[in-house]
Amino acid sequence: MLQIDGVTKRFGTRTALDDVSFEVGDGRLTGFVGGNGAGKTTTMRIILGVLSADSGSVSLGGSKLGPTDRRRFGYMPEERGLYAKMKVHEQLVYLARLHGVGQKDANANATTLLDQLGLAERAGDTVESLSLGNQQRAQIAAALVHGPEVLILDEPFSGLDPMAVETVLGVLQDVARRGAPVLFSSHQLDVVERLCDDVVVIADGTVRASGSREKLQADNSGNQFELLVAGDAAWVRDMPGITVVDFDSGYALFQADTDDAAQHVLQRAMQNGTVVSFGPRRPSLTEIFKEVVR
Amino acid sequence: MSTTSSPNSFAQSVALVAEREVRMRLRSKAFLISSAILLLAVLGSIVAGSVFSGAAGDSTIPVATVAETARYGQSDGLKATSADEAEQLVRDGEVDAAILPGDGPSGIELVGLDDVPTELVQLLSVTPEVTLIGDTSTNGFLAYIVAIAFGVVFFMAATVFGTTIAQSVVEEKQTRIVEILMSAISARALLAGKVVGNTILAFGQILLIAVLAIVGLLVTGQDDVVNLLGPSIIWFVVFFAVGFVLIAAMYATAAALVSRQEDIGSVTSPVLMLVMIPYFLIIFFYDNDLVLTIMSYVPFSAPIGMPMRIFLGTAEWWEPLLSLLMVIATTVLVVLLGSKIYSNSLLRTGARVKLLEALRG
Repeated sequence: MLQIDGVTKRFGTRTALDDVSFEVGDGRLTGFVGGNGAGKTTTMRIILGVLSADSGSVSLGGSKLGPTDRRRFGYMPEERGLYAKMKVHEQLVYLARLHGVGQKDANANATTLLDQLGLAERAGDTVESLSLGNQQRAQIAAALVHGPEVLILDEPFSGLDPMAVETVLGVLQDVARRGAPVLFSSHQLDVVERLCDDVVVIADGTVRASGSREKLQADNSGNQFELLVAGDAAWVRDMPGITVVDFDSGYALFQADTDDAAQHVLQRAMQNGTVVSFGPRRPSLTEIFKEVVR
Repeated sequence: MSTTSSPNSFAQSVALVAEREVRMRLRSKAFLISSAILLLAVLGSIVAGSVFSGAAGDSTIPVATVAETARYGQSDGLKATSADEAEQLVRDGEVDAAILPGDGPSGIELVGLDDVPTELVQLLSVTPEVTLIGDTSTNGFLAYIVAIAFGVVFFMAATVFGTTIAQSVVEEKQTRIVEILMSAISARALLAGKVVGNTILAFGQILLIAVLAIVGLLVTGQDDVVNLLGPSIIWFVVFFAVGFVLIAAMYATAAALVSRQEDIGSVTSPVLMLVMIPYFLIIFFYDNDLVLTIMSYVPFSAPIGMPMRIFLGTAEWWEPLLSLLMVIATTVLVVLLGSKIYSNSLLRTGARVKLLEALRG
């Protein structure tokens, strides 16, 4: 498990990160969401040791990280970059070797990855001759080629078409399934909502919410319920302890003061006729995001 | 996918980076072509030197002689029976001149067509015995040529490979691959690898030039030049190896301050000045003892100044050693300072990083 504990970072007088703490569980895909300038990239750079924190610590499996531990991390920076004039396969081998992988394993890893990412036939081409989408795949391969035990990806899906998102997602899930903690940031909240086990929301350098996706949704449901009945649902307005938020003939979205009040609505609905559906409303990640960063 | 990896040692990281620098460079057509041209130029000048110096010794001037002057001509030269016949041979262009008996103190007379046969006059003149009592160890013209050669070779290699290293540093910053690199190895290992890689290339080129020059001179029979130049060339190569590390580290450090290829020129110009000033000094002051002595101890100009003094024979045996130590000390200092600036600037992209900020971190 990767733990970020009380990390603070200042650039001059500006505080970029203020007491940031969260964890990334083993084998969990963790989404890192926040607006522009919220501190995502700075946090990731500090996790990688590319930047040093003013205070706080990053630890893996309970022990504090040193430079040699970080060699086992895979990193995809926000600003993409590979040697433009180097061939894709050769470049991956070089990066793997810099991380301490032997020549033979580095070769095999690069070949396997390019195959998985659908880049096998471009292995001998220079990076600059690839399309942007393919450069992006090469970049992901660069983060994975040394078989990292922890994966930190800054916006891995930006610039990818839906097919490529699926391909890359498959590879990331593979890595997570092997037990690696995977942290990735994204602006595409719908993607994060669909893919992630856990979510961390950051704004203005502070963590506003973190935990499993289900827990976040439950915590932020605001005790709202949805009811859909076959007949008319106008009567819900007259129930005690209920405020209707949205109403459309058979559909009612309402806020219940207590769970009991909500249960009374369900009982009444069942007496009245057929209940099509009833349940707590799960807010979308976008709504949660807007709510917690406010 | 294999995950068996052991962290690299500093030396392993440096070796990997250096190997990539060399490999990518050797793949560049521009580099191979310019190296080939440089080597051809060196070879060409040696061959030309041999042809010119050989021309005076071996050439024969066709002359016509008469019986009385036969001893001045070649054994297979044209022998005329009379003075008139000899003059006719000159008019026909069969020979350059005729040697006839004359009334002057030399006892002979030269007959030419329309210009004075100067070479022949010199050959036949009686040269008085000459004794020089001044310093005779070197001749001024050769010293000038040697000064230019050292200056040009050092200047060329330093700027070409210095610019290369600067471009490679900025390339990594510009493409942001530097973030990935720094998550794998330390900035110091990256800097060291770049300097080592480019020094190997530059040193290899200089060594090749030196070997080519010496072998070329020996093959064309100019042994005397080798004896004269040998020690200074060897010292030049030694000084170059250290001096280039110094300059390469400065180029890499300067380049780390900027993020775009367009800015390399302005940020490396102070380094360029440090390389250019010795180049001009050696050309203007190749025969000025005081300037040369100072140059041979200033670390930036020592790689040119000291070999020059060795060539001129004005350096004591311990002087190159002392100067070399000073260059090494400066290099260590610059590399330490440079790696600090380099580490602190690598991740700061966008505007040019101020030198003081980079030093403070």
